[in-house]
Amino acid sequence: MSEIPEYLRKGYIEIEELKKIIELPSEERLRKKPVAIPECPQEIPCAPCREICPTDAVIMENVNDIPRVNYDKCIGCSLCVQICPGLAFFMVYYKGNKARVTMPHELLPIPSVGEEVVLLNRVGEEVGKGKVITVVPREKSKGDTPIITVEMPIELAWDVRAVKVVRE
Amino acid sequence: MRLNEHPILNFQKRRGKKIKIYFEGQPLDAYEGETIAMALHAAGIRVLSYSGEKHRPRGLFCAIGKCSSCLVKVNGIPNVRSCITLVEDGMRIERQQGKEEIPKTVKPPQWKDAIKVEGDVVIIGGGPAGLMAAINAAKAGAKVVLIDENPMLGGQLVKQTHKFFGKREQFAGVRGVKIAEILIEQAEKNENIELYTETSAIGIFQENDRKLVVAIRKNKELVEFWGKAIVVATGAMEKMIPFENNDLPGIYGAGAIQTLMNTYGVKPADRVLIVGAGNVGLILAYQLLQAGVEVKAIIEAMPKVGGYFVHAAKVRRLGIPILTRHTILRAEGKEKVERAIVAQLDENWKPIPGTEKVFDVDVIALAVGLRPSIELLHQAGCQIAYIRELSGHVVRRDARMETTIKGIFVAGDAAGIEEATTAMLEGKIAGISAALYSGKSNISWLKEIEKTQKELTEFRSGPFGKHVLEGIKKVMVGEINE
Repeated sequence: MSEIPEYLRKGYIEIEELKKIIELPSEERLRKKPVAIPECPQEIPCAPCREICPTDAVIMENVNDIPRVNYDKCIGCSLCVQICPGLAFFMVYYKGNKARVTMPHELLPIPSVGEEVVLLNRVGEEVGKGKVITVVPREKSKGDTPIITVEMPIELAWDVRAVKVVRE
Repeated sequence: MRLNEHPILNFQKRRGKKIKIYFEGQPLDAYEGETIAMALHAAGIRVLSYSGEKHRPRGLFCAIGKCSSCLVKVNGIPNVRSCITLVEDGMRIERQQGKEEIPKTVKPPQWKDAIKVEGDVVIIGGGPAGLMAAINAAKAGAKVVLIDENPMLGGQLVKQTHKFFGKREQFAGVRGVKIAEILIEQAEKNENIELYTETSAIGIFQENDRKLVVAIRKNKELVEFWGKAIVVATGAMEKMIPFENNDLPGIYGAGAIQTLMNTYGVKPADRVLIVGAGNVGLILAYQLLQAGVEVKAIIEAMPKVGGYFVHAAKVRRLGIPILTRHTILRAEGKEKVERAIVAQLDENWKPIPGTEKVFDVDVIALAVGLRPSIELLHQAGCQIAYIRELSGHVVRRDARMETTIKGIFVAGDAAGIEEATTAMLEGKIAGISAALYSGKSNISWLKEIEKTQKELTEFRSGPFGKHVLEGIKKVMVGEINE
């Protein structure tokens, strides 16, 4: 029983546990341009992220290996976020004292650019508010999944992985 | 209630003409192309029959024609599976009271009137395995006849709004609903494939070197399907677990809920508790959120999430609790689910007193696993073994999916519970093997079988596949392909 990883007991992964499984990009890299982060710690037979990456930045030898990203090769194009069937890829970008997190959003309504949204962490708790910077709608997404980029305080960059759209 | 807006599906485009049906004398709106049970659920009707002895209310459970929990009387005729029978304008539907007599005015079909259909390969089941078997058997040169008892082809793919895993050539990144469209179109376009929906196979027989599948079409016509080889791709059936009041209407198999909301656009509930955190339960939770239904929690008896972690993370970050080491004690409610009582389990799987929690829900979803549908293979006389890793009784078969009866092949969940990508690969192997057996195919197609076997091996090389492989080793006749 002791061999069960904590993320499988809880159904979500703490950032500290993720760091033990994959290396995260340096602050220098995070400030350069958006960079893809795979939150996919379990071996499952799945490879679309590797197949779609235009710069071969996703490292995965066997279809069952977990994806790792070569952060120097990653150009921040977001194709992996669009295609990932597990909705497990995100992008993070530091800009001044703000962070921009790109994430899939397959619920209605799809927020508009400039709209204020409620930020949710990995367990669905409301942790603040952010502003939608870009939206790739489903019909333009290469993976049939709408993705959004949300600006938020930099200290929330590694907590927020979903948003709630609240409209009157 | 019906769903109109959905982030993935477009129901307006799918719904047919509005018609009237009558339930216990009351007129109701329905749409052409939907089944009786769906139209009734949309009108808020959940009790479909009463049991024979104790007169307990019964409702839907599987919604794919396998469990007989939804039997109703239609135009005076009892035992109609309301989940797979399409509505017709003016149809009169009544709740069934236990076992009811067939009216004397109704004549059952006669053998002498049976319609006869001939092919090289007869395929039973039009899900991912059956469709792939049909497409590939036809490509390999055989004349194919495919039958399915549901009104639409695609099996469980038609309600899968999530994107598939695997590799690009296995439709990775494509939603199940879209894969169904692609496969159905390929099968429909192929001149060597004849398709029969609303057709239930009821027996497999052999006469010299020919095989016969006897079937009932649209609940009335007897049809004989003759061929040299048969592929059985009958899928699986949802498991039930014992707890107090587990027959209360509103306790649905996960697949039934997907059928309601994703195939027919009927809102299944307002508030749901899901039992089981395997892939089916996790995916269901996400799909319910997409349909605007509140999910109170997912409970799981194991100490961990059984499905893919990424499916769990998707619903956790949208606020759905996953309670591992919890079980359901009982359901409560008058004629329908109103509450679920759950409790935490100790190390010996016993509920811990004092840990009971009450969830006010109107549907309890059971996602506690599937078992292979092997009834026809059993009747045909194939050798059977109980294999825990494959989730139940399965038939012995070889690496080309042939059972212990020559010319009868198996594929997909009927061969052992796995998932749709492997079902498609197995279907391809079974289809080509059946075409070869029928004598209509060229020996060069063996290469395609080998290629597909390699794909299966690669797909199964991770921890999830290894578990399945353990089971396959136990039923395999001859060498396993690794």
